[in-house]
Amino acid sequence: MTKSMTGARMVVEALRDQGVEVVFGYPGGAVLPIYDEIFQQNEIRHILVRHEQAAVHAAEGYARSTGKPGVVLVTSGPGATNAVTGLTDALMDSIPIVVLTGQVPTFMIGTDAFQEADTVGITRPCTKHNWLVKDTDRLSETIHKAFHVATTGRPGPVLIDIPKDVQFASGSYTDPRRSEMGHYKPQVKGDIEMITRLVEAMEQARRPIFYTGGGVINSGDAATQLLHELVEATGFPITSTLMGLGAYPASGDKWLGMLGMHGLYEANLAMHGCDLMINLGARFDDRITGRLADFSPNSMKAHVDIDPSSINKVIHVDLPILGDIAHVLEDLLRIWKSRGRKVNRDGLAKWWAKIEDWKKVDCLAYAPSSKTIKPQYALQRLQALTKDHDRYITTEVGQHQMWAAQFLHFDAPKRWMTSGGLGTMGYGFPASIGVQMAHRDALVINVAGEASWLMNMQEMGTAMQFNLPVKQFILNNERLGMVRQWQELLHGERYSHSWSESLPDFVKLAEAFGAKGIQCHDPADLDDAIMEMINHDGPVIFDCLVEKHENCFPMIPSGAPHNEMLLGGADTQDAIGAKGAVMV
Amino acid sequence: MSALRLKKGLSKHSAYDLRDPNAEVIESHTLAVIVDNEAGVLARVIGLFSGRGYNIESLTVAEVDHLGHLSRITIVTKGTPQVIEQIKAQLGRIVPVHEVHDLTVEGPSVERELALFKVAGQGDKRIEALRLAEIFRANVVDSTLESFVFEMTGMPQKIDAFADLMRPLGLIEVARTGVAALARGT
Repeated sequence: MTKSMTGARMVVEALRDQGVEVVFGYPGGAVLPIYDEIFQQNEIRHILVRHEQAAVHAAEGYARSTGKPGVVLVTSGPGATNAVTGLTDALMDSIPIVVLTGQVPTFMIGTDAFQEADTVGITRPCTKHNWLVKDTDRLSETIHKAFHVATTGRPGPVLIDIPKDVQFASGSYTDPRRSEMGHYKPQVKGDIEMITRLVEAMEQARRPIFYTGGGVINSGDAATQLLHELVEATGFPITSTLMGLGAYPASGDKWLGMLGMHGLYEANLAMHGCDLMINLGARFDDRITGRLADFSPNSMKAHVDIDPSSINKVIHVDLPILGDIAHVLEDLLRIWKSRGRKVNRDGLAKWWAKIEDWKKVDCLAYAPSSKTIKPQYALQRLQALTKDHDRYITTEVGQHQMWAAQFLHFDAPKRWMTSGGLGTMGYGFPASIGVQMAHRDALVINVAGEASWLMNMQEMGTAMQFNLPVKQFILNNERLGMVRQWQELLHGERYSHSWSESLPDFVKLAEAFGAKGIQCHDPADLDDAIMEMINHDGPVIFDCLVEKHENCFPMIPSGAPHNEMLLGGADTQDAIGAKGAVMV
Repeated sequence: MSALRLKKGLSKHSAYDLRDPNAEVIESHTLAVIVDNEAGVLARVIGLFSGRGYNIESLTVAEVDHLGHLSRITIVTKGTPQVIEQIKAQLGRIVPVHEVHDLTVEGPSVERELALFKVAGQGDKRIEALRLAEIFRANVVDSTLESFVFEMTGMPQKIDAFADLMRPLGLIEVARTGVAALARGT
């Protein structure tokens, strides 16, 4: 009892069967049949972006704030190539995205036709998997399989390239239950013997630490609940990567704050000095490890990850556990409880005393000012004035992103959307649009720098058209702040092209789009201005003029280990050696 | 705020130095990868090697199960033990890859390569080429008054050795298939 329909109709039918409610896209010649089908139905909402890159970032924001896959529909050629940055971003941060691209008709493939590009070739290294569908009979099954691949195992972006003649031709529709999913079936249950060895190590450990990443959030709500239970029951300290913020509440008393290059002093020193490191869904990124040879030199390391290629990639671990975080934590808690809930209480008490000493360093302290708005102060006030709201934060990339990670606090997962692995300037604004689409009544704020924000500012049109009241909180220092900071530390204060000249008047820009613009430069006015932004029912561009030469601390200089952090006010001249300067 | 005293200029490695100081031994491994025989699957495998900077010493691919649409890719690669492990994990992550076997560590295996050699010459050189070909159990598959094409199957080292011997005798062209390998026993 297969239904016969056109390929274009099949796309809409398959998306509906997959429970898709929103598609972010941009039409063009090679997807016109699909757009014609979208026009003739009301179940799937289409959000017209102003640039295909923004469609993918919006889908990422949607996916990360809901746990559901984000869907993108773009045309062939430039539509597809514009999506490449978003695909790479989603691949690096393991975000489930399904991108549908139009393609020139099969009989024209290879002829350098108008708006032809080798889309599956171009996107092969930046997708988890991709398909070129040449037969309408295979189309619906391929779409169902694409959703399966994108959302299972380590999530990631997938792409389906659909030639225009395949969209016009008729074929038989296969519904998801009858679709062949192939052999792709990632392992989710961890090895019980390895988990038991980890429990034994946890019972003995004198200086344990949980080091958690985005994998905990990707694993789902069960994983974050189990993590919370495990941390509370054991009393072990916990730190997280940029991607994992919110998996354990920042208000929890076991929370050490973010670790890594701009992570907290206590978190990094605890990583350096621990005797048992329990990595849950993080990947020993170079922003985390610093100098590999000196990374946490005296610890036993356990690593739970669903991706076998993440284990032993850069750091050799003693206890590799392949599996889904929720499944592994469930077994871990069960075994630990059945063995009598043992921990090394004396060792833990001393360990916490040491951590409390490190906390006294107060590594996020900065020189306050009554004349200019310090970016840290702006974020502290934003935190204070928004923390009781149903709040979602996205960011762009740079200093403001690190300050946001340091000063904004997340008590729940899926509230923090940032471009971690790829570091994509221009991510935050479209991501905020995707988040707001999924949470229409929530307060969605994009913490931005003025340079990043300009990279996708065209999306003001999208926000206005779909009445998405996203707040663009721009920390405007008229600089590429992080680039400027590195030039100060590494390149003899030669600030090559790191300042923003000819900036627009952001208030007038907002007004040109029909939105509200607010500018603030006086710390005394900041609270009122932020409240005005929160209370305005519609998109706001908030131009927060901040101190121009503030550096982001703490900082582990390139190529240095965790115990060689720079704190604010340190003499930073020549802090980074020639070898470190090679790094980004 | 108390500033930490930073030891300046001590950075010996960048954070991108992925080498394991304890495992600098470069090993050669033969991998057998069973994949769906679909468009682009070879590009995925090759793209993985070029994109992540791994070596390919030899690569062969052909369909081995027509009904099951399965192909077998045999790759000879070189790297430190950590890199070899990473290559296998990365290959396993490719969606159309069914199995990854490291024949070098999974037990005894047989490796064979087929090669064709065109040797041109006259007089004593021609006679010597033919004599050596018999010693190496190479077959003559084409012959003119001025040339031979020899066909030979064997371990890559044997093919290398034969090529070295033929070079002064008028070797003008070589075609090699790359290594095909199977585990011994059942």
